[in-house]
Amino acid sequence: MTQTDQRTSRNRDFARTAPPLPPRQFARWFWRQLTSMRTALLLLLLLALGAIPGSFIPQTKVDPAAVIRFGREHQTLTPIFDRLGLFSVFSSPWFSAVYLLLMVSLIGCIVPRSFVYFRALRARPPKAPARFDRLPASTSYETDESPQEVLERAASVLRRRRWRVDVDAPNADAEADRVGVVRAEKGFLREAGNLTFHIAAVVVLVAVAMGSLWGYKGSVIVVEGEGFSNTLTQYDDFSAGGLFNASELTPFSLQLDRFDARFQIDGPQQGQPLKFEAQGTYVPEPGADSQPFDIQVNHPLDVGNSSVFLVGQGYAPVVTVRDGKGDVVFSGPVPFLPEDASYTSTGVIKAPDASPQELGFEGFFLPTAVMDGNIPRSAHPAAANPALALFVYSGDLGLGDGLPQSVFALDKNGLTQLQSADGKPLRLLLQPGQAARLPNGLGSISFDGVRQFARFEIGHSPGKMLALGAAVLGIAGLLASLFIRPRRAWVRTRRRNGRTLVEVARLDRVSGADLGADVDQLTAEFRRSSPQPRTTGPESGKD
Amino acid sequence: MDTQQWATLSNNMVAAATVIFGLACIAYLIEWSSSRRVIVAAPVAAEAKADAPVEAKASSTGAEIAREGQGSATAVKVAAAGGGDDAVQARRDESAERFGRIGIGLTVLAWLCLLVGVVSRGFAAERVPWGNMYEFATAGLLVVTTIFLGLVRFTNARWLGGVVTGFAVCMLGLAFLAYVPAGPLVPALDSYWLFLHVSAAAIAGGAFTIGAAASIFYLVKSRAERETPEEERVGYLWRLPSSTAIDQLAYRVHAFAFPIWTFAALIAGPIWAEHAWGRYWGWDPKEVWAFITWVVYAGYLHARATAGWRGKAAAIIALIGFATFLFDFIGVNLLASGHHTYSGL
Repeated sequence: MTQTDQRTSRNRDFARTAPPLPPRQFARWFWRQLTSMRTALLLLLLLALGAIPGSFIPQTKVDPAAVIRFGREHQTLTPIFDRLGLFSVFSSPWFSAVYLLLMVSLIGCIVPRSFVYFRALRARPPKAPARFDRLPASTSYETDESPQEVLERAASVLRRRRWRVDVDAPNADAEADRVGVVRAEKGFLREAGNLTFHIAAVVVLVAVAMGSLWGYKGSVIVVEGEGFSNTLTQYDDFSAGGLFNASELTPFSLQLDRFDARFQIDGPQQGQPLKFEAQGTYVPEPGADSQPFDIQVNHPLDVGNSSVFLVGQGYAPVVTVRDGKGDVVFSGPVPFLPEDASYTSTGVIKAPDASPQELGFEGFFLPTAVMDGNIPRSAHPAAANPALALFVYSGDLGLGDGLPQSVFALDKNGLTQLQSADGKPLRLLLQPGQAARLPNGLGSISFDGVRQFARFEIGHSPGKMLALGAAVLGIAGLLASLFIRPRRAWVRTRRRNGRTLVEVARLDRVSGADLGADVDQLTAEFRRSSPQPRTTGPESGKD
Repeated sequence: MDTQQWATLSNNMVAAATVIFGLACIAYLIEWSSSRRVIVAAPVAAEAKADAPVEAKASSTGAEIAREGQGSATAVKVAAAGGGDDAVQARRDESAERFGRIGIGLTVLAWLCLLVGVVSRGFAAERVPWGNMYEFATAGLLVVTTIFLGLVRFTNARWLGGVVTGFAVCMLGLAFLAYVPAGPLVPALDSYWLFLHVSAAAIAGGAFTIGAAASIFYLVKSRAERETPEEERVGYLWRLPSSTAIDQLAYRVHAFAFPIWTFAALIAGPIWAEHAWGRYWGWDPKEVWAFITWVVYAGYLHARATAGWRGKAAAIIALIGFATFLFDFIGVNLLASGHHTYSGL
């Protein structure tokens, strides 16, 4: 580390005193810096660092409600965070800058290395070094065989072991020093794997980008007995990439007949969900026959290029609201959104057509109601003892001004809360089959029954198979680059005193192999039926 | 046996494993401290025990450490400088060796208990036994211990024992805090991807743990090699393999773990997420930290090939990677909200 520090401080001095580089040279210098391993490494670590806030600060794309909550609780921080893009870290300019630079650095590294690799594939194995005894492992022996015989056999042994082999035959003219060499090389797949892995990483990023540009995703609540057809207007929420075209939505429709939710009844994990299952029929495209479906968590329904996932469920109490004149102004199931593990659910009922005053109801649905003192709460997520606890509002629901409004919230600006006789807010507590009359002749509400709803997420992300394929290929490349060892070996023959001196040497570019044992084994194969070798290099065990 | 009996057996076995890991850790620490003053190497070729042959190179420069990574380093019979110290040295040395062996024996016993504990947990819950935080911790530690014992068997890595068993005790202690009774899974977890995704994560995590332990030893040993004069090289640290050999071991374990982590976090995870939640990647806190872990370990592999980053810097990056893994497992479960809320707490 101290060395590095010195180097950087020297660089800094240099930068202060040296004249500025001409633009072309500067560009070259910059490019070399950008594509260097050190820069790639720093960018990688920066990417990891940059991702951290995305896990602590709520993200708009992951949980928009949490972002709104955060904004309410942290008045001063929120504008700063917002400016820094901390609520959408993974699409913020600074995060994008890091991974785009990393991509450029990666490509700038892959392309030249590919050329080098393809040249190396065609090139001959490297020349033998002059002195084998300086290599990590070498040995030598003398034999009466001719150099040709030794070289041929060595070459064939190495070829059989799938080495790339090239032979420099002894020069016939120079009788005095006839040197012959077998050059051999192995483990080319390592670099191929390395390149594959990095190319795969780029392809995965491209595939993810495709998905976010052309893909879409939306969710919708469907109550038992009701249906959904895949058009934009039917979604509760919908988001799509910049290049998505709404006419590309798969024109299917579905009808939810039955929703089955099962929960653990007893034991320590009482109330834990066991099974969610949505059954019904769907029509893949207009005019086609309807087919049954059975969607479960982990078992989506694929229609055309879209998929329908079961991502949530809950209860929709069926209510009928009558106004002061006795006319039915609302009737049907109203989805209440579960808030906790025992499915205490919140929701609102709106009756804008009621007269003399519009009516709004806000409150809780409790699947298994128990009284906790004066406060009802749910003890279990299954609908064993359902109850509806509601506060009542009258006045103007604010639906007339044409602004879109959430179906899960009341705009209380124009509303007044109804009071009971003792002056406290009026609270209705209904069980299925019960009805309640509202004070002041405003009307009545009846709780007719309970249905369940399923929340489906419907989406299409093009490029996901490409991403998967690239990721699998990437792992294969990674394995090759981690576990294949590039190896080199040389066998050299020399005539000496009428005999042949044979030298064998090995060299790896990565450490870890038992080179000594390798050399011994190769040598033993070269000279079956020859005298024992005289080992000069370090023996086995050398790392 | 009914599920309740299996559950009781599992709890007892995990508790027993915790205690035995603790005892093993103490044994390793005694081995460590009792070899505090043992002179490791001597100018003459060391006399080796028959059952654990050790090559020791004679060297003209004087003391040289016995060839690393081969045979039991503690089997080196010490030829101390002063003749009268011989007996004392030999006694100390024998006692260290004995406690080291006791440590290994206890570790094997703890491993067996943990194995039975994890398997019987599976019978109790009637599914694979890694469906919540407690189960992942026990299954993950089973992997850690398995890798450790494998390394002991094939490369003599007993010196890792103190750190590994100490870590196991701490993690099992934490796991008891996250204990939930055996039971069925929530629907989102009810998939064969639970087997692939989580077991791959546990195997990779186990290997990361061993890699981190080796990296710590590397940092300590390489610092000592730089700063301790030859004549002061006395004690346990000098019985360890050289920093180069430790670095090599750390690299191999990480190289084994990284592709498995890649599969767990970036292939099996997204496929399952796509099945269960309708998107293959959604920057859920667990996903973010799995990604961070992956990026940091990718950084480690690159650092080992970058001038100026080899050695110390790379080892520190590996330790940061392990910290992010631990945070992904513990911190995200307890602090962050998101889809991966399966701690059972």
